[in-house]
Amino acid sequence: MAKVILENLSKIYPGERGRNPKVAVDRVSLEIASGEFVVLVGPSGCGKTTTLRMIAGLEDISSGTIHIGDRCVNDTPPKDRDIAMVFQNYALYPHMTVERNMAFGLELRGFPKEEIRKRVQAAAKTLGLLEPDNLLVRKPKALSGGQRQRVALGRAMVREPKAFLFDEPLSNLDAKMRVEMRAEISRLHRTLGSTMIYVTHDQTEAMTMADRIVVMSSGKVQQNDTPMNLYHRPANRFVAGFMGSPPMNFFQGRLRRTHSGLEFAEETPEGRTSWVLPLTSGSTSGLASRMDKPVVLGIRPEHISPDAGGTGSFEVEVDLVEPMGAETLVYGRTAGHKCICRTFRSEGKELEGRKMRFLPDASRLHFFDVESGQAIS
Amino acid sequence: MNRRHPTQEAITFALLLAFGFLFLLPFLWMVSTSLKPLEETMKMPPEWIPSSFQWHNYPDAMRAMGPFWTFAGNSLLLAGLNVVGTVLSSAWVAYGFSRLDWKGRDACFFLLLMTMMIPFPVVMVPLYTLFRDLGWIGTMKPLWVPSFLAGAFNVFLLRQFFLTLPRDLSEAARIDGCSEFRIFWQVILPLAKPALLTVALFQFLATWNDFLGPLIFLARESHFTLALALQALQSTISGTPWHHLMAASTLVVAPVLVLFFFTQRTFIRGIATTGLK
Repeated sequence: MAKVILENLSKIYPGERGRNPKVAVDRVSLEIASGEFVVLVGPSGCGKTTTLRMIAGLEDISSGTIHIGDRCVNDTPPKDRDIAMVFQNYALYPHMTVERNMAFGLELRGFPKEEIRKRVQAAAKTLGLLEPDNLLVRKPKALSGGQRQRVALGRAMVREPKAFLFDEPLSNLDAKMRVEMRAEISRLHRTLGSTMIYVTHDQTEAMTMADRIVVMSSGKVQQNDTPMNLYHRPANRFVAGFMGSPPMNFFQGRLRRTHSGLEFAEETPEGRTSWVLPLTSGSTSGLASRMDKPVVLGIRPEHISPDAGGTGSFEVEVDLVEPMGAETLVYGRTAGHKCICRTFRSEGKELEGRKMRFLPDASRLHFFDVESGQAIS
Repeated sequence: MNRRHPTQEAITFALLLAFGFLFLLPFLWMVSTSLKPLEETMKMPPEWIPSSFQWHNYPDAMRAMGPFWTFAGNSLLLAGLNVVGTVLSSAWVAYGFSRLDWKGRDACFFLLLMTMMIPFPVVMVPLYTLFRDLGWIGTMKPLWVPSFLAGAFNVFLLRQFFLTLPRDLSEAARIDGCSEFRIFWQVILPLAKPALLTVALFQFLATWNDFLGPLIFLARESHFTLALALQALQSTISGTPWHHLMAASTLVVAPVLVLFFFTQRTFIRGIATTGLK
C-alpha cells in the first residue's frame, strides 16, 4: 500500500477542430494517505471517473502530477503503476475460467505457478468463491452479477497492489446485492488495510464506506472531508444538496435584526415574507455581516418535525406522503419553496392535500451565500 | 419468440422449400449427369435417374484431368495459406481500426473501404505488371502473398465485430500487464472466434473457387488448381465429355460442401452477429 498524491491534476478534451475544449477535470489536488479509503462522489459528468482513470493510467494527463508512493507516475504505463482496478461491468475475460481470470495478471508478471495458486486460493477463500460451490472452474457467464463482482475483486486482490481503484463497482447490481457487496468491500478494506480509491455517484455508498469523501462537480473538488463533517458542515450549497437523502431543503430569504437577536424571514419569489424563524445565539456566528442581505437557509429533512404551531414553525401544503415503515417522508410546499420533512411519526396518506405545520431544529441550520453558494460561518 | 399463425407458417415453409429446391436443382443435375453414360447426358426429354450408374466416371474424370491429386494439393495449399494470411492480417488491421485511437483513423478506414469498389478486372493488368516486375509470374506467390496484406471486406467485417467488445476488457488487460499485442492475441482474438471463422470460410470459398487468378498468374501445370484444371477438361478434348466434367465438378465442390456442413452453425451465426452483437 502507498499514498497517492494528485497535484493540480487537469484533463482537457480538445473540442472539434480545436474549438470549445472541454475541461473534464480542473486542477484537482488531493492527498490520499496510505491505507485510506477515499470515495470520489458527484453527479455524472463531474470528472470523478476521469480522475480515477488518470490515476490508473488509462487516460492521459493534460497537466498536473500524480504520485503513487514516492514515484511520479505521469508517464508510467498502467501495468507499471502497481494498481488494480475494479470496473463497473466487471470486465472479466469471458473466455477464461474464474481461476485464470484471477491468475492472468500474475502470470503476465512472471510469478511462479505455486505462488499464483496460493494467492488465488487465498483470495477465493476470502471472497467465498470456493463454498458452497467451487466457482474457480466456471466461466464468467455462468456466474451471477454479485459473483462476477467478487471475482473482479479477487482479480484485484491477488495482485496485492499499492492501491485499489474502483469505478462504480456496484451500480450494475440489484439493491440487495449492492448492500451486501458494500459491506464486503468495507470488510476487505479493514482486512487488507490497502489504499482504496472508490468512485460512485451514490452518496449512500460514499457515506457508509469512506474514511474521507471528495465531492466533485464540474471537474472541481467541492469539498474533501470525513463523511460526518460533510454532512454536518457542508462547504457549499452543492455539497449540502448532494449529500444526504432526501436532499437538504433550501429557503431563500433575508436576515433581520430584532430586539431579542436575529431572525430569518423566508421570502417568496415575489418578495413577500411568508414565515419568520427566530435564530438562537448558537447559530448566528458569522451572520452579522449579512444583515438585511439575502441568504439561503438550508435545513435537512430530518431536522424538521411536524409541530402544532410553536414559534418559528411554518405552514406547508402537503402534496405527497411516503410511508417507509420506520420513518415517513412528507413532501410539500411553503409559500415560496418546496420542502421535505423526514419524521419518525407514522403519518398517513390522508395528510395529502392538507395543510400542516413544521418546526425546524434551530441548532441545525445552514446558511449559504445566494450568489456563490458558499457556506456562511 | 411468438408463434405465428399455422397458415402463415405453412406458406413460409412452402416458399422456403420451393426456393430451396430451385437452388438445389443445378446441383442435383450435376450429380445425376456425373453418373450417366456420355450418350445419356444430352438426352431429351432429360432423365433424372441414369439408366445404369456409371461410378467409373469418377476415376475416369480424375485421370482425364491429369495429375488430380497435385491440383487438389495446390488448391488446398493456396486455400490454407490464404485463410491463415487473411485471418491474421485482417484481424490485425481491423484491431487498429477499431480498438486503437489515432489521428486520421476514420479517414484511412474510409480510404480502405473505397478499395472495395474497384472491380478486379480494373487492377488485373497493373497487378500483372507488378508481379512480373517482382518475377512472380509462373509461381504461386501472386495467389497467396497478397492475402497476408489484409482485404477491405474482411477488415470491415472484423472491425464491426471488434467494436462490439467492451473497451473495459482491453483496459482491464492493460492494467493486468498486457502489451497491446497481447491484448489483441489473448483477449480480443479468442472472443472474436465466430467472426474469424466467418472470415476464414469466406476466404476458403473464394480461394477454392478462384478461377481468374490462377488462370492469369500460373503457367506450369504442376501449379494448377482444381478450378483451373476443370477448365482444361472442358477445352482440351474435342467435344466436352459432360459426364466427366460433372463428375470432376462434383469432386471439386464436395470439400466445400463437407466444410459447410460441419461449420454451418458457426458460419450462419457468425454472419448474423457480425456488427449486431
